[in-house]
Amino acid sequence: MIKISPRLGISAAGFIAALILLALGAVASRATGDFALAPSDWAAVRFTIWQAFLSAIFSCLLAIPVARALARRRFWGRGFLITLLGAPFILPVIVAVLGLLAIFGRFGILNDMLGVIGIEPLSIYGLQGVIVAHVFFNLPLVTRLLLQGWQSVPAERFRLVAQLDIPPSMVFRLIEWPLILRIIPGAFALVFVMCLTSFAVALTLGGGPRATTIELAIYQAFRFDFDLGRAALLSIVQLVVAGGAAMMALWLIPVVNLGGGLDRMQRRWDVQMGFSRGLDGVTIALAAAFLILPLAAILVSGLRGLPDVPISVWMTAWTSLWVALVSVVVLLALALPMAGWIATSQHTSVEAVGLLGLAASPLMIGTGWFILIYPFANPADWALVVTIFVNALMALPFALRILVPALRDSAQSYGRLSAGLGLRGVRLWMWVLIPRARAQIGFAAGLTGALSVGDLGVIALFADPDRATLPLQMYRLMGSYQTNAAAGAALILLVLALGLFWIMDYWGRRNAIAE
Amino acid sequence: MLSLNDVVIDLGDFRLSANFNVPNGQRVAIIGPSGAGKSSLVNAICGFVDVSSGAIMLGARDITAASVAARKMAILFQDNNLFAHLTIAQNVGLGIRPALRLTLAENEIVKQALLRVGLAGFGHRKPSELSGGQQSRAALARALVQAKPWMILDEPFAALGPALRAEMLQLVAEVATETGAGVLMVTHAPEDARRIAQSVIFVAEGVAHAPVPTAELLDNPPPALKAYLG
Repeated sequence: MIKISPRLGISAAGFIAALILLALGAVASRATGDFALAPSDWAAVRFTIWQAFLSAIFSCLLAIPVARALARRRFWGRGFLITLLGAPFILPVIVAVLGLLAIFGRFGILNDMLGVIGIEPLSIYGLQGVIVAHVFFNLPLVTRLLLQGWQSVPAERFRLVAQLDIPPSMVFRLIEWPLILRIIPGAFALVFVMCLTSFAVALTLGGGPRATTIELAIYQAFRFDFDLGRAALLSIVQLVVAGGAAMMALWLIPVVNLGGGLDRMQRRWDVQMGFSRGLDGVTIALAAAFLILPLAAILVSGLRGLPDVPISVWMTAWTSLWVALVSVVVLLALALPMAGWIATSQHTSVEAVGLLGLAASPLMIGTGWFILIYPFANPADWALVVTIFVNALMALPFALRILVPALRDSAQSYGRLSAGLGLRGVRLWMWVLIPRARAQIGFAAGLTGALSVGDLGVIALFADPDRATLPLQMYRLMGSYQTNAAAGAALILLVLALGLFWIMDYWGRRNAIAE
Repeated sequence: MLSLNDVVIDLGDFRLSANFNVPNGQRVAIIGPSGAGKSSLVNAICGFVDVSSGAIMLGARDITAASVAARKMAILFQDNNLFAHLTIAQNVGLGIRPALRLTLAENEIVKQALLRVGLAGFGHRKPSELSGGQQSRAALARALVQAKPWMILDEPFAALGPALRAEMLQLVAEVATETGAGVLMVTHAPEDARRIAQSVIFVAEGVAHAPVPTAELLDNPPPALKAYLG
């Protein structure tokens, strides 16, 4: 196999390591005091791990029946529903939270219905709220991962079980259970690691002594107490917890695919009607309601609130848009050479570099760079720059998972031909690698754009009243009870995130090579 | 002259030694049982496989450690000879220089090459729109514009039918004559060797034997070759 010059890839990895290690160094230098965590900090550590564990468990357990039902039932709107399962992954967290509040909140639809039959209203705040939000994001993701597994089962298998008249319980044991076992560990690890560094969900639905994540505790130590020492100490704790988990999960984490193709359906001959059909129907209906109702609520209240949106929202929308676009450029500049290096390296351990972004928490990096910038300049002036780099870094693990297989395939198929023709460096990229990976590049760029435009993390740490991105501005509107304006802002944010994703993904697919 | 001086290729549990010369412009077939190391031999000559000892010389120049591109060889693989996402003209153009743009004169050369191999008017098509034989012709057009002193063929026509394969071999011989190139051609068909090769390198039992004139070898095969030919 032919090597793509690793120099640029190593430089990019070095740059990322520097970005993280400098922040870590700054944080470590400030983590003074007696190095003892207060009881409330221990509570945050416990809560972080517990909620991530529960979120991952519920996401996986619930995804199994949903995926199973979707895999074996044909119904009107199935393709649409499966496409929609890709949406929460790129949905801005704050927007989803607003949608969930409209359904599960104090004055939401669910409590209205419970009130009618005389049941006390349920609260969405605290542990249960954090978990509901995390399940909302991750249940569809795990379902899609499982559906990929179902689709990989050869059609002959299903023909065989139908011909042998094997009952559904045996089909489950013979075909479905092994594939669940293959996919669920990776899916669980992915959800667990992502929930460990959850910030925006905890910020909006958690809080208080009983529902504070480490990430939120860093923010509070920083924003409210301006206790850099404690923020730094918590950052190190966060790095140990999330980094350790990410390293352990390294080899389990699967490829995320939000693209098309999953709506293709295998013909099934082994499926029974009657009770099992009804059960599948109820499962699908509940999952669809859980997914669609919050989204519909965002649309409806957003359209109603749009006229109340102040000019500041439109200005921050513009800021968010260019921040996202620059993030995409930064991401591609880092991810492409790194993916090229990983794809052709003999050492598989190189792939670990790509998970740095999952291991480091955004607020840890933010705290570190705040400390680094503070002596020289007003950190608020640098808020957007740091946000851009952190956003790119957070998208990097996903981008690499998407790009590496495509580049590896090009190197395997065309490596010798390219070498024989003397295609190297820029020419190799321009003629061969980029055109052939166009669909994947578009997808990774779209993902980064959507994640970046909707991110509420570092910016909350840095920003002063004059500077904000749209998610932060929306959070401020929610905090000051300007519900209509917040709903309008949510709709704008939703359109921006999905629009960025769609445009870039479409660019990639439309011009993808038809071979 | 292409010389392999006491070359040893070591690929784990597989070992192949070679010690022979091929004069410039000569057409040589490499035959032998599957797994004997025919492809490894040409891969080493092209620079895709490192040799563990010995030297590969191109005239007086030692190319043992030279990069693939520096070896002045036009190579045709078993498959993936054309970039599927580029047009035929672009694929051929890459043989002139791997730059992003060709001059008008260079485009004219590409056109002439396509005309020469019978693909006039196919320049704007993608490889997938061409038949297997036409794809081989396009790859040969590229070898034509590359005009390297050696052409290395690693069974590029194995998937073609007998008549088409004969046609392609004829074209190879013509292209090689026009560019003055020598040819090293891996094949498992003795009739291919008879058709265009002046001599044959027989590879078996870990040794690539020195080239022997084709008719002489195939008419009076040594026992190992006899066993292979059946």
